[in-house]
Amino acid sequence: MKKDLLGIADLSGEEIYRILDTADAMREIGERPIKKVPTLRGKTIVNLFYEPSTRTRTSFEIAEKRLSADTLNIAVASSSVQKGETLADTAMNLEAMAPDMIVLRHACSGACHLLARICRSRIINAGDGMHEHPTQALLDAFTIRQHKQRLAGLKIAIVGDLLHSRVLRSNVLLLTKLGAEVCVCGPPTLVPPGIERLGVRVSIAVDEAVAGADVIMMLRIQQERMRGAFVPSLREYFHVFGMTAERVKRAKPDVIIMHPGPMNRGVEIASDVADGPYSVILEQVANGVAVRMAVLYLLAGGVEEGSHAEAAA
Amino acid sequence: MPKRLLKGGRVVDPVNGRDGVFDVLIEDGRIARVGRDLAADGALVVEIPAGCVVCPGLIDMHVHLREPGQEHKETVATGTAAAVAGGFTAVACMPNTSPVNDNAGVTGYILQKAAEAHLARVYPIGAVSRGQMGEQLADIAELKQAGCVAVTDDGRPVATALLMRRVLEYAGMFGMPVIEHCEEQTLKGDGVAHEGFHASTLGLRGIPGEAESIMALRDISLARLTGGAVHIAHMSARQTLEAVRDGKARGARVTCEVTPHHFVLTDEMLGAPVPYDTNVKMNPPLREAADRDAMRQGLADGSIDAIATDHAPHHYDEKHVEFDHAPFGITGLETAVSLSFDRLVHPGVITLARLVELLSVNPARILRVPGGSLADHTPADITILAPDRAVTVSARTMRSKARNTPFDGWKLRGAVAATIVGGRTVYVNPEMANLRI
Amino acid sequence: MPVVMDAVRVARSLARIAHEILERNRGLEEIALVGIRSRGVPLARRLAAIVKEISGHEVPAGALDITLYRDDLMRHAIGAQPLVRSTDIPFSIDDKRILLVDDVLYTGRTIRAALDALIEFGRPKSIQLVVLVDRGHRELPIKADYIGKNLPTSPSESVQVHLTELDGRDEVEIEG
Repeated sequence: MKKDLLGIADLSGEEIYRILDTADAMREIGERPIKKVPTLRGKTIVNLFYEPSTRTRTSFEIAEKRLSADTLNIAVASSSVQKGETLADTAMNLEAMAPDMIVLRHACSGACHLLARICRSRIINAGDGMHEHPTQALLDAFTIRQHKQRLAGLKIAIVGDLLHSRVLRSNVLLLTKLGAEVCVCGPPTLVPPGIERLGVRVSIAVDEAVAGADVIMMLRIQQERMRGAFVPSLREYFHVFGMTAERVKRAKPDVIIMHPGPMNRGVEIASDVADGPYSVILEQVANGVAVRMAVLYLLAGGVEEGSHAEAAA
Repeated sequence: MPKRLLKGGRVVDPVNGRDGVFDVLIEDGRIARVGRDLAADGALVVEIPAGCVVCPGLIDMHVHLREPGQEHKETVATGTAAAVAGGFTAVACMPNTSPVNDNAGVTGYILQKAAEAHLARVYPIGAVSRGQMGEQLADIAELKQAGCVAVTDDGRPVATALLMRRVLEYAGMFGMPVIEHCEEQTLKGDGVAHEGFHASTLGLRGIPGEAESIMALRDISLARLTGGAVHIAHMSARQTLEAVRDGKARGARVTCEVTPHHFVLTDEMLGAPVPYDTNVKMNPPLREAADRDAMRQGLADGSIDAIATDHAPHHYDEKHVEFDHAPFGITGLETAVSLSFDRLVHPGVITLARLVELLSVNPARILRVPGGSLADHTPADITILAPDRAVTVSARTMRSKARNTPFDGWKLRGAVAATIVGGRTVYVNPEMANLRI
Repeated sequence: MPVVMDAVRVARSLARIAHEILERNRGLEEIALVGIRSRGVPLARRLAAIVKEISGHEVPAGALDITLYRDDLMRHAIGAQPLVRSTDIPFSIDDKRILLVDDVLYTGRTIRAALDALIEFGRPKSIQLVVLVDRGHRELPIKADYIGKNLPTSPSESVQVHLTELDGRDEVEIEG
């Protein structure tokens, strides 16, 4: 592993499998009466969150605690960022207290790269702007593998606001790397230009996109997308792109439905689908802890030769 | 000042049809004569090293000197020091200072600072509108009288077609070109990088080339309507180049410039070698390879009139932030010549004579300022170039106050040997120790 | 590479240990075997099979991965982390007599980690240690209760245990 986990883009297929295999072993710890191992005893991990997040922050924190790390949560309200100290200054101040790892969530794409250039601590990207959310893609892959025993050759449809989604980018990078057949689908106003160069098919027809799919991944559509004229209304969006039981019927009979959360019921996904038999949404959440334990464990070890120099360059 | 005779250099002076070994006699700050084998006749003889080129002083028609108001980024003194180190004998500075250069007071202040620095000539460019607010016209006659050579609201476009029409008509009365920062602001939105594959994968909000070309098309139409002269600043998109070609073919008074970074770099730089390097954040953004190649083609075929740097110094702290929060712009004065040689002249995209047109002749013509030729009795503004000299760009040793360049560490071929303004040597390349000018 | 135990010797040692286990532990229903990954696991299963053959009694056998309890993690600036494999103890260890099984006993650090790990699964009545080879050079106060073979070694040597389940053959070699 390199010094930091900034994105799926930096991982090889082999490293991804290593994380997933390690997560397999980590899952068992969560089933023990004492859900804790001493592995990261004495290590300090700072969870630096510039965006509100319940799921990801809690998941990281549980993972850290199960590995016996000392954890520290810093939530910076976005509103005070502009006036307050810069990210670089915050990073240097934290660095002075010598944490071993920093888990960063930030609204700006590439914020974790800035941090990684400044800090000796290992940086884990917990979501940077519209760029990447690598641990989400890893837990998604883990969940898919649990159900399908493989990733290569699977037909995966990803539907929703593709443009603003970091989950999309990480998942596309990961799934194509491991040989899945990925179709991304959303209104043309929400398709990132040039995304097909990552080796995915782009569809604007949801019925066609989900046809024969092994996996349907839904992405969240945000209320504010009506400003900027991306979509006319959430009602119309649901009508054209929402995942309904009727649409799910077009997929394979053993399809699984995924959502990174938080869900907007009745906007991108109908409640009966979200709560229905195909949904693995809560399993994703459960698997998040094991996957993050795996990432923390693997990053805590020695770095490969040369990767420090790369980070400093 | 004693008479000096520059001897044995290759003189490239397209206006006077010269390209060959000539001597240049400088007397009283002016060019006394250019000819073959001139007699020293009491003049101090300066031997120009073999391979060096003597050409009319380079003019950068698009720089930000930041003074008054943003002296932490650059001052007239540091900016003109950077200019002469980059081979420029004159620069035209943009009005988006604080306060805006929309009145004779600010223009006079800049000129006074330039006189104190006594390095490159400074041609202030005034604002189109008061405070660059895009509403009321600035007092353009007053600006002209104070020394402004053109008007622009650079940093932002002239927002309404009506105001653009009026300024073309009104500034035209004084023979001043209107320089336009072409940008359709709703299409640009809060974009920070060229809209395309690289911005998409890095999760950066995009700015399509059409944000620029749509505004250029409007301005060219209005130039035809009014007969005014519009100059398209820092052109970046191939669609804009098409619009300019089309406008020129139809007789519109339109000219345009391109920056070195737009004919050298592409949006691939957003991700590598340094991901999210804020020194590749500029407006207009670095575009894709097809655009960069179109710019080179336009420079070669004459559709593009000038190379200008859009020298945009920023303080280190301002750039040491998240990509989204960093200001747009990079420095350019001290890298333009080397980049032009390395990427245009040496690979055979353009000739040396064409380079002199782009960096000297045409900027002088567009701004209607002296220079651009080595005609007898004109001020001795001369740049001496060392086309084959290897250069390693070093941000640390630059004269500019700012360090925000993506070219730090680049190895290029082509350098500035010396810069002479009004017969006075204002810069000699410190690495060329034996050069005595 | 000198072979110090061949397949026959390995089988004979395990059979002897199984008998010793039966002799020393009355109340077989209290006994459970836990093998330390990797090679302790097949050894534990074999012991369970032999015990069943002799006594007819089914002794449960589990697998313990001690990677996350090692004391040498993150002591090196360079190099990847050891692979973590899963722990699989499908029975309660509370009030059991646990027989902890490993292939080679050396410094004792692995056993220390295994004890830490095991104790987090419950409160066994006792823990006994079974090893195929004891090569000496202990760094912690730990000793085995059942030993297949005592093997004097120098610290520079390395003892390799090969088992059919993982390596295709039963053999103990000494290298170095």
